[in-house]
Amino acid sequence: MLIIGEKLSIIAKRVREAMMKKDKTPIQEIATRQWKEGSGVIDANIGPAEDGGEDLMQWMVTTIQEVVPLPVCLDTTNGKAIEAGLKVHNNKWGRPLINSTSNDPERFPILELGAKYKAQVIGLTVGKGGLPADAEERCAIAAEIMGRAMEYGVPLEDLYLDPLVLQIATSQDHARHVIKAIGMFQEMNDPPMKTVVGLSNISNGCPKHVRPILNKYYFLMLMNAGLTSAIADAHEMAEAMNEKKLFDDVLAGKKIDDAKKLDEIKKTLDIIMGNTLYAHSYLEM
Amino acid sequence: MAFTPAKETYSGKVYPVTIGMGNGASTVGGESVLPFHSFEGAAPNRPLIAFEIQDVPPADWPESVKKPYEGVSDDPVKWATFCQNELKAKAIALRLVGTHPDRENRSPEDAAKTVKDVLAAVNVPLIILGSNHAEKDSPVLVAASEAAKDKNCVIGKAQEANYKTIAAAAMANNHKIIAMSELDINLSKQLNILITQMGFEKERLITDPMCSALGYGLEYTYSVMERIRLAALTQNDATMQPPMLGDIGMYVWKVKETQAPEADLPHWGSLEERGIAWEAVTATALLVAGAELLIMRHPKAVEEVQKTIEELI
Repeated sequence: MLIIGEKLSIIAKRVREAMMKKDKTPIQEIATRQWKEGSGVIDANIGPAEDGGEDLMQWMVTTIQEVVPLPVCLDTTNGKAIEAGLKVHNNKWGRPLINSTSNDPERFPILELGAKYKAQVIGLTVGKGGLPADAEERCAIAAEIMGRAMEYGVPLEDLYLDPLVLQIATSQDHARHVIKAIGMFQEMNDPPMKTVVGLSNISNGCPKHVRPILNKYYFLMLMNAGLTSAIADAHEMAEAMNEKKLFDDVLAGKKIDDAKKLDEIKKTLDIIMGNTLYAHSYLEM
Repeated sequence: MAFTPAKETYSGKVYPVTIGMGNGASTVGGESVLPFHSFEGAAPNRPLIAFEIQDVPPADWPESVKKPYEGVSDDPVKWATFCQNELKAKAIALRLVGTHPDRENRSPEDAAKTVKDVLAAVNVPLIILGSNHAEKDSPVLVAASEAAKDKNCVIGKAQEANYKTIAAAAMANNHKIIAMSELDINLSKQLNILITQMGFEKERLITDPMCSALGYGLEYTYSVMERIRLAALTQNDATMQPPMLGDIGMYVWKVKETQAPEADLPHWGSLEERGIAWEAVTATALLVAGAELLIMRHPKAVEEVQKTIEELI
């Protein structure tokens, strides 16, 4: 399982301020922590970055790689910023990852960059027509992206399919569609396609104390479905791995001693699988 | 070979909720099947339609729905009595719209007096609604609850912003409440949980997932209601088992189709018939989605919906 450390996002206030001021300290602190806690790639999410995106991405890549011997995931919708980042990326630590292409023609040039710089590319299974309705639509879009990747010269081994995790608080059914899609994606090629999710979006909008619980058990469900990698908090995922045996025991219907954990896991599984309707207080019911 | 209809069995049941007093009381809900699926199990109570009246004259209602109440709608007591005695209303919904700060801004005391007067005049269950101003509704509905103490009314609407005060007042004065959320099934469930966590019995709740008129988002209300009912019946989700309200009239009688004159849009046909049909169709759709309690305005639309209920039941 490859963890793409997610904490360096422009959405976080502390990170945004550091990006604005070009203050390396917080960026390097966070990157180092994600690395020490098990990330294999560091995500650098600079948002749409319409102004100064190229400089910002180069600064992010070099700032991260100054202290962390890992490749960077270049996360922006700005193609020029991605190319700028690819130019300075130190491939000694591994090949960079681009986040992302999709089935939207505007996102096809990303594949050109992938081929040119021999980068790995995330293919988000959305098109111009809005969000996919279920696992099958995600697969149909994945097939289009795979065809496009080959056309542009990105080997399928370098493509990570992303089924698009949606918020469970508003789109509960998609939680299980995504699990199913992860299983189906693998069947679309031999060797199986690699897969990735933006994990924490599952709990976006949920109460703060519920978020890590949903993140962890959703991650373990996806892992059981064959997920290859996740953009996630490495610390939280390390905790999830510690609970994997317990979780699998509950899934297998075995008795476990920790009553509180058992309750949390069962209720969360019911929410993820759609057996119970989600509400913010679901753990208290 | 004889035709045998496929039958579903359900694990859950909608709570029966009784409102009103004595021989005027009515019960809604109580079914263990989807709407009108009485061939599959018990559906002991018919959906109940409440006639909407207001504490102030209906100046903002279109002409065609003002007309049936001419001569009575200037006084809530006359209006209520007319609905009960002439229109044979089985329930009345008194909307205290005049308490809204942007309207007449009537005080909670004024509202309480109106409630008392109306209650003294009618025998059928009373639904007491605020002006849908979350802040003002708190004192208004507290005063209304007290004025109607022990009369087993329905108080509404408790929303995320004001449910604590309203639920506490309803609890103290022995009423039922309407819990309203804005077209979001997960928030609807959450609100029911929060209210019951205060100690309010879930069997005293009515859920309003927020209504909308035909052509103006009815499909959203429909699918939220449908999902709520499925959660109640197929997943036995106790938080989703209260009966549901469709507050039809106030949404229907403000859309273009119930107001645009024939002179402007001759191809749309008779304005009056159009409005009645609009309200009746919206109401029928929500009955099929699972609503057990409706609030409506036009007597002819109510009559049509009653006929449909009798045909389907």
